[in-house]
Amino acid sequence: MNLRRDVFQAIADPTRRAILLLVASQSMTAGAIAANFDSARPTVSKHLQILTECELLEQEQNGREMYYHLNPKKIKEIADFIEPFREMWDQRFNKLETVMKRYQARDGKKNKG
Amino acid sequence: MERKTKVNAEDGKQEIVITREFDLPLDLLFKAYVEPEIVEQWMGTKVLKLENKQHGGYRFETSDPQGNVVLRTNGVIHEFVPNEKITRTFEMENTPFAVQLEFLEFESLADDTSKLNMHIVFRSVELRDQLLKLPFAQGINMAHNRLQDIVSKLK
Repeated sequence: MNLRRDVFQAIADPTRRAILLLVASQSMTAGAIAANFDSARPTVSKHLQILTECELLEQEQNGREMYYHLNPKKIKEIADFIEPFREMWDQRFNKLETVMKRYQARDGKKNKG
Repeated sequence: MERKTKVNAEDGKQEIVITREFDLPLDLLFKAYVEPEIVEQWMGTKVLKLENKQHGGYRFETSDPQGNVVLRTNGVIHEFVPNEKITRTFEMENTPFAVQLEFLEFESLADDTSKLNMHIVFRSVELRDQLLKLPFAQGINMAHNRLQDIVSKLK
């Protein structure tokens, strides 16, 4: 199993994006998903495996059939991919503010003394 | 609560705008970008060179806790107007990222508050998106590394 599978690598492929759109409306079996594509069944299976590995898709057993559905939590993470970047800058600027407040306090004391 | 730091990255554009309001007077905010020892404190980098003038340049160095240099960044200063603006380039050495152009504008809001507007222009939309995803990807990699640690201990 490849633990380093990247979600962005996963959604970079147009077929995999199409699969995500397809199962967004309803849970589907691998067979029903494959029926929507010209690709060979093993190719579609491989795509499903990748999407499941990076947790964009979740599997659910229903009777004898295995159904695939979207993992909304993971999808939201992608939608919010800018958030870690924003947090990085926020932390950096918080540090700037702290450093300068300390500087200001020390400077004020010096002026009074 | 309203977020103090905002990032605006429109789809398909090769630029981002970062804005932040500070509980600091304008001159102190600007000083944080000018004094090498202060830059070192909040950026967590070593300042190898910082020439605050038109046609000046800068070079910073980041090390890991063991003291190994992990990243060097540098750039050229195109405009330097105290308490107003700094226009500069920014480059991460030995990385696939191309040089980027940064427009930093400093503005006073009240006696004790100020604002920074940072407009960054990238060579391409792809490079911008890659840079935006960097902290996100690092987060994922960290989670993966933790998972691998746990898995390897189970063996």
